[in-house]
Amino acid sequence: MENRRQFASLIGPPSLYLFLLFLLPVGLMFVYSFRAGITGPAHDVFTLDNYRSFLTNSHFHRLFWRSALISLTISVISSLLAYPLAYYLVFQAGRNRVTLMTLLIIPAWTSYLLRIFAWKLILGSSGLLNSLLLSLGVIEKASPMLIYSRSAVIVTLVYVWVPFVALPIFAALGRIDRNLLEAAADLGCKPWEAFLRVTLPLSLPGVAAGFFFAFIPTLGEFVTPLLVGGASGQMYGNLIQDQFMRALNWPMGSVMSLAMLVAVITLVFILTRLASVSDLGGVYE
Amino acid sequence: MTDYAVELCNVTKVFSSGRGAKSEDVYAVKEMNLGIPRGQFFTLLGPSGCGKTTTLRLIAGFETPSSGEIFIQGKPMSKIPPNVRPVNTVFQNYALFPHMNVASNVAFGLAIKRVPRDEQKRIVKEALELVQLADMGKRMPSQLSGGQQQRVALARALVNKPAVLLLDEPLGALDLKLRKAMQIELKHIQEQVGITFVYVTHDQEEALTMSDFIALMSDGLILQLGDPATLYKKPANKFVADFIGESNFIRGTVDSITRKGTKLRVLDELVTVDAMEVNLAKGQAATFTIRPEKMMLKTKQPVSTEALSGTVQEVIYIGTDTRYIVTLQSGESVVVRVQNGCSPDVEQFSKGDLVKVVWLPEDARLLTD
Repeated sequence: MENRRQFASLIGPPSLYLFLLFLLPVGLMFVYSFRAGITGPAHDVFTLDNYRSFLTNSHFHRLFWRSALISLTISVISSLLAYPLAYYLVFQAGRNRVTLMTLLIIPAWTSYLLRIFAWKLILGSSGLLNSLLLSLGVIEKASPMLIYSRSAVIVTLVYVWVPFVALPIFAALGRIDRNLLEAAADLGCKPWEAFLRVTLPLSLPGVAAGFFFAFIPTLGEFVTPLLVGGASGQMYGNLIQDQFMRALNWPMGSVMSLAMLVAVITLVFILTRLASVSDLGGVYE
Repeated sequence: MTDYAVELCNVTKVFSSGRGAKSEDVYAVKEMNLGIPRGQFFTLLGPSGCGKTTTLRLIAGFETPSSGEIFIQGKPMSKIPPNVRPVNTVFQNYALFPHMNVASNVAFGLAIKRVPRDEQKRIVKEALELVQLADMGKRMPSQLSGGQQQRVALARALVNKPAVLLLDEPLGALDLKLRKAMQIELKHIQEQVGITFVYVTHDQEEALTMSDFIALMSDGLILQLGDPATLYKKPANKFVADFIGESNFIRGTVDSITRKGTKLRVLDELVTVDAMEVNLAKGQAATFTIRPEKMMLKTKQPVSTEALSGTVQEVIYIGTDTRYIVTLQSGESVVVRVQNGCSPDVEQFSKGDLVKVVWLPEDARLLTD
């Protein structure tokens, strides 16, 4: 009895939290997705039209796959950049580890918008990068392509996510027993062989976790594409935002949101099956 | 070609701890000179922090000497990184690769050396048979018991046919029974493969059981080097006598020095102790040592023995033996261990009895501190 009460008191608050902030909104979206509209008589009409038009609209699909591709690119680049960063912090930084780690995290304390606007200043047509290239004579005319493009979205989001991708890799590398690296050297490995055969495979769960840290949130990203993406940098998230904010077609927006939710869950499910869930935390049992 | 598998010449290892002005140099190994004979089971024995593990890591190449040179098979090692040294290590925590199964762990060194697959398989199979894990190749390290992991670590090192195998307290994590069994097994494996073993332990019993030679270390210095019997019977100083086995220490003052030995006065009684190479002058304080099992309790002192009188303080029956704790007239306590059973001339005593603690002159040793 005592145990049950204790259990309830522990599980209660997070359950409530999940219900109010996750299940309830998703449930509402689910309900809206079968309506013809959200106001007036349309509100009471049950319809599958939203799903039908979602499935037949190739523009939606194209944008979805484009977003997936952009997210994938961002996650891959972030992982590639974050790995050496985390490796350096764990194995080379020594006493400066904590200081450098803090420096890495500090930008994340400033507003997300501020960081995006900073990139606008760098990439803009009279921005830092263009001015630099102009003064060096690399280009003759300020290139407008730097900003309002797909690459601008990728660059900005990579910048935003690298620290978060580095954290789980940092943790996974930190957990590797140094004795294992000595054992590898002892058994004849040159340093790079020890890295490929021991360090890298043992840190892969951290890399996978970091990859998802970047991939899942960027898939639904709409602020960055809106600010630096231009026409070619628009993502699926912008489409959803349009449905809700401009077209005021909440039912359609709900269908699109649910579609993305299902896609993400499926993807995570498949990938966690490939590498067992415990590996994601970098734990070897 | 020397007869030594490993030689340390004037090797010193200093670690700096702390920062800046507060930094302090810690000598882990001090000007060590040591030759480890080929094909022997050699043990570095000592309490924790005595520098034995550092010595091992210096040989393996995980640490570099602050000064001095290490030779393995006659070749200087200062410019040779660990991966090219003809040595392999069995780590204290085994350090098995958790992402590889047992067979891949054992084959690791061979794979690095690009040994053909078929041969790898054959060698791994042989090695796993040697350590009695023939059917375990497909298991992951996490699915093995501590003792099994230890065997895998041993097999993983042995397949590389090192000139020297370094073992860093490999039995430390095992329970007592398994430990005892593994001690004998390790010794047998060493005899079978004929590789020089350098074994680090803080357990004197383990060292006595397994070793051909023991170097007893304290504070980065080797205090005594010899075979187990010599270390036990002829400890060079008090630390050795105290660390290896159980010892009684009795203090006295030098009464006279003759060719037969040194006469010591312990309170009002005189005892003769083997002279040894200890330089003592008349009237000087001195300590001698006798093992508890080399002492006997008698009511009367038999001829050609040495004796001190005392009172039985405590009688502890421990099955095979009875331990008597006797307070000498000088106030010092000694432990006397008497084997139960066999001998008919063993007398029984109880608490409070006045006794003579007797021993043969050759079993007492004069010590320097």
